[in-house]
Amino acid sequence: MKIQILGSGCAKCNQLRENAEAAARELGLEYEIEKITDFREIARMGALVTPALAVDGKLKLVGKVAGPEEIKPLLRAS
Amino acid sequence: MPSVFTPYEVFARWAVERVFGLDPATRLGSSLEFFFYDVPKVLTLLVAVSFVVGTLQTWLQPEAVRRILGGRRLLFGNIAAAFIGIFTPFCSCSAVPLFIGFLKGGVPLGVTFSYLISAPMVNEVAVALLWGLFGWKIALTYIGFGIALAIAGGVVIGLLRLEKWVEPFVWEVPAGAGEPESMPLRARLREGWRSTREIVGKVWPYIVGGIAAGAFIHGYVPSDLVMRWAGPENPFAVPVAVILGVPLYANIAGVLPITEALAGKGMPLGTVLAFTMAVTALSAPEMIILRNVLRPPLLAVFIGVMTAGIIAVGYLFNFVL
Repeated sequence: MKIQILGSGCAKCNQLRENAEAAARELGLEYEIEKITDFREIARMGALVTPALAVDGKLKLVGKVAGPEEIKPLLRAS
Repeated sequence: MPSVFTPYEVFARWAVERVFGLDPATRLGSSLEFFFYDVPKVLTLLVAVSFVVGTLQTWLQPEAVRRILGGRRLLFGNIAAAFIGIFTPFCSCSAVPLFIGFLKGGVPLGVTFSYLISAPMVNEVAVALLWGLFGWKIALTYIGFGIALAIAGGVVIGLLRLEKWVEPFVWEVPAGAGEPESMPLRARLREGWRSTREIVGKVWPYIVGGIAAGAFIHGYVPSDLVMRWAGPENPFAVPVAVILGVPLYANIAGVLPITEALAGKGMPLGTVLAFTMAVTALSAPEMIILRNVLRPPLLAVFIGVMTAGIIAVGYLFNFVL
């Protein structure tokens, strides 16, 4: 699966990325990380607030730095 | 007169007299009393205000706000946007996706601007600090003027029909639409607490540092110096305060305690309000980010309207009220 982190590269986005990777590792998932920093692309995907998290192009979480435990069910459902 | 804040006064007096063994009438003693009174009080208020706002904002996620404001007409839409802005946090890093998403979601340009002005200006950190340092009347006055400015600024931009100065690509991006999240009350409260920890964790060093600087001014800087530079005798104090406020984004927490000390020595409150508004609403980084979606003339109109409005608020408060 492709885990996408949407945001302009602020500290919050990096934290979200780390948490998402931790969640994916703990679940033993095969994943790749994509950072989306272009705000046109962010708007196209439908995120109004960053940081946001999408899986395979589908928006899962917007506007907060969720912990690994909160991210796990989002990854599992995909 | 006893008030809810009396315990903080007792604590500060106790700390100065018993822990440090100083007389509060001395310079060092009065500085320390200022510090030990303000730090616990402001931090308590910040936790309380952040928690209330953080919980309420779960009902006002941007998707929900876009739905409420979509297709609203001038004035009514601006009023709604300005009030909603009180309860929604705002990070300048989100300004661009939010701007695009709102416009594509059918929110008129002027209404979008009312929201973009109100959301960062009326924020929990500024309100908690004004409340703790200057009292609830000043905090409410700030909120009131902030809402008025957000409505007026958005209406002016809406009436001028400046859509032509929005970068053309904004209208071409096919914007997706997220769904507003529904969650149980417990989750909302947890969300409120999470955002409180995030905010307090980020700003407490500025608050402590700012209050320490304020405490130094309180004890050591002579009043006539402040009166000469920032007092009513200097007719340019308001515009100068506004210009100084622009580069100080995100440091409102560190700067307001210093203005409290200056106000205690004669700086008028209208100047304080104008300065706070400039710091929160006219930040340089936000302007640079907004340049991505606004062509220079529209950005100039926005900055001009805000600057004029904020200076007017400062003078109005100093000379009329």
